[in-house]
Amino acid sequence: MTTDQVIFIILSVITLGTALLVVTLRNLFHAALALMATFLGVAGLYVMLDAGFLAAAQLLVYIGAISILLIFAIMMTRRLMSADEPAFNSQVWAALVTAVVGFLVVLWAILRLTGLGTEDLSILWRAPVDSKPIGLDVLPYIQNSVAAMGQAFVDPNGFVLPFEIASVLLLAGLVGAIIVAWPKAEDEES
Amino acid sequence: MSFDIVEFLKSLVSLNVAEYLKTVVGDQAWVNFVSDVIGVVIISTFCLLIVIFLIWLERKVIARMQDRIGPNRVGGRYGLLQTVADVIKLLIKEDITPAGADKLAYWLAPFLTVIAALLIWAVMPFAPGVIGVDLDIGVFYVLAISSASVVALLLAGWGSNNKYALLGAFRAVAQLVSYEVPMILSLLVPILLARSMSTVDIVEAQTVPFIFVVPLAAVIFMISALAETGRTPFDLLEAESEIVSGFHVEYGGMKFGMFFLAEFISTLFMSGFFTTMFLGGYRLFGLENLVIGDGWAIGRLLGLIIFFVKMFAVYFLFIWIRATWPRVRVDQILNFNWKFLVPLSLVLILAIAVLDKVIPADAGIYARSSILLLANLLIAMFAIEIMRTVARRKRKESSGDAAMTIDESEHNDVHDAHDSHHEVAAAH
Amino acid sequence: MSQEWQFIAIFIVLAPIFPAAPVILNHLLGPRKPNPIKQQTYECGIETVGDSWVQFKVQYYIYALVFVIFDIEAVFLFPIAAAFDQLTLFAIVEIVIFVVLLSMGLAYAWGRGALEWI
Repeated sequence: MTTDQVIFIILSVITLGTALLVVTLRNLFHAALALMATFLGVAGLYVMLDAGFLAAAQLLVYIGAISILLIFAIMMTRRLMSADEPAFNSQVWAALVTAVVGFLVVLWAILRLTGLGTEDLSILWRAPVDSKPIGLDVLPYIQNSVAAMGQAFVDPNGFVLPFEIASVLLLAGLVGAIIVAWPKAEDEES
Repeated sequence: MSFDIVEFLKSLVSLNVAEYLKTVVGDQAWVNFVSDVIGVVIISTFCLLIVIFLIWLERKVIARMQDRIGPNRVGGRYGLLQTVADVIKLLIKEDITPAGADKLAYWLAPFLTVIAALLIWAVMPFAPGVIGVDLDIGVFYVLAISSASVVALLLAGWGSNNKYALLGAFRAVAQLVSYEVPMILSLLVPILLARSMSTVDIVEAQTVPFIFVVPLAAVIFMISALAETGRTPFDLLEAESEIVSGFHVEYGGMKFGMFFLAEFISTLFMSGFFTTMFLGGYRLFGLENLVIGDGWAIGRLLGLIIFFVKMFAVYFLFIWIRATWPRVRVDQILNFNWKFLVPLSLVLILAIAVLDKVIPADAGIYARSSILLLANLLIAMFAIEIMRTVARRKRKESSGDAAMTIDESEHNDVHDAHDSHHEVAAAH
Repeated sequence: MSQEWQFIAIFIVLAPIFPAAPVILNHLLGPRKPNPIKQQTYECGIETVGDSWVQFKVQYYIYALVFVIFDIEAVFLFPIAAAFDQLTLFAIVEIVIFVVLLSMGLAYAWGRGALEWI
């Protein structure tokens, strides 16, 4: 048992355990806290994959922004202080079956694409030896992976189109959320 | 290699003991582990102990600025042990948990704020080669941890089972979250100029300290840092006269001490961060690389001293601002952020990006710095002009002719002069 | 896991000890005389009125929302700033388009009056 394996197991237990708590806890605020712990576990897993920037982005965006947005949204629509909802409603079995089927589909896709089933399992947590970005052979190889990512964002042969579309998507999300959340000018104080 | 006292002393002076011990003992995994642990303990102990000095310093400086003396009883004429007395007082207070408080959230909140305030020190460059760990995403890491620490406030507010605490927590989160945006955008400017997110790279790129190249970004960062740490003029969140102490109204004893501690640690960190980003960190015309005699690298020690001097100069600025400026209202705070600072920082980062690419690469440092400085000053003047026009218009709307500006009163004087001319003419 | 993050991991594990020590010390040293009056939550010196529930203003949600958008924008802009040397002028145009698009979101929120603190 190498240290990496031990750390991986700890992080996985944290991630999966708190994820289970999110869907089973009755107190909504505790469920939101468990969700933040799940995000922390995922950030740890990113670090294990040598993606430090993604781990920090996970902290910054998911824990620092989206969790807070989630808690605010819960507070806007429910009385959070006395929240003691039943954790499951009538659709719980359909949801469980769908989640398991979805998981098997993703697992099958990953095994097919990477040939995982044929190699030893240590590929799950070993950092890739060759850290060249996939599919960007035309770009000059930059040692610093974050700078490589930055260049890939704006390179016409790279990911510039998804980059610009992401901004349009964010704009649409913002405008949509404001339209839904903000009372119209005709209604006075809500 | 065996232990050599001269080499050890040299490594001590150059603040590089870990490296030297590694050559003696051998570069194994556990050696790295032990040196990391010692590094963590040194940083954390330093933070905790320096707060004792910082609290005393703040009280003394504010007192002097307000023409008082400040603490002068405990520990001699200068009250040096005043903070120790305060800490002991907090330690022996009763530990009360309010009825109905959510135990997990209520107890977790003070720990999380202090842990977040400590974690960011890992990437602070104290001297050349003296840094917790030189992450290649150093600045981004700092922003991520600061952003994640906002959660602790919500925990405190919600866990206290108190209306005022919850309301205070909401407002605090709204303020902190709003001022993250100009902080992020203004920090993009030194990163762009240094082409790297690593704090060490940014210090090394400052042959001309960035405050002379992009002063507007420095000012925006300073304002956001004041708001992020909850210092005056943005200390609405925890002021005793407002919303009764906000989100930590239900905390007493050492738990309250922890919130206090976290605020001082993060204020000191912001001062250090400001010197790293904009004042050139430990650099002073190459003094930090001084090596005299046969390998005695005292430059590093000098670099450490230089860094501390700069950091405390900025910290003194924080204290000065607290002693002299009034508190701002919450709607003024948020309006100022979203309607002035965020558009200003967006314009600034775009202008710097465009200019930095347009200036030819072989223009030399001083030409490049002066052009960027000029652009900064132009944008700043433009922004201030816009703010004045808007303020003038608002004043005119809100109070009719009672708040005339000089132009308008001059205009009226001219009218009066005309009228008196007419009267005189009519009289003739 | 690389060397750098080992330091951060050790830091995360050890850092809780430093705030924990004073708090536990306080818990041990302080007197323990609980009574119901002391444990009441604070409300201007009188008994609490009604549930601990506050009217949640939609303003908080709007601020958090706009912050999420700009946060994600930052996640894109940071690597680009780090790679600035290798960028062409065309890349600058792309960045300007990106930032302007997101600023239009802010302008929309502003024009809609969603940024006013009621």
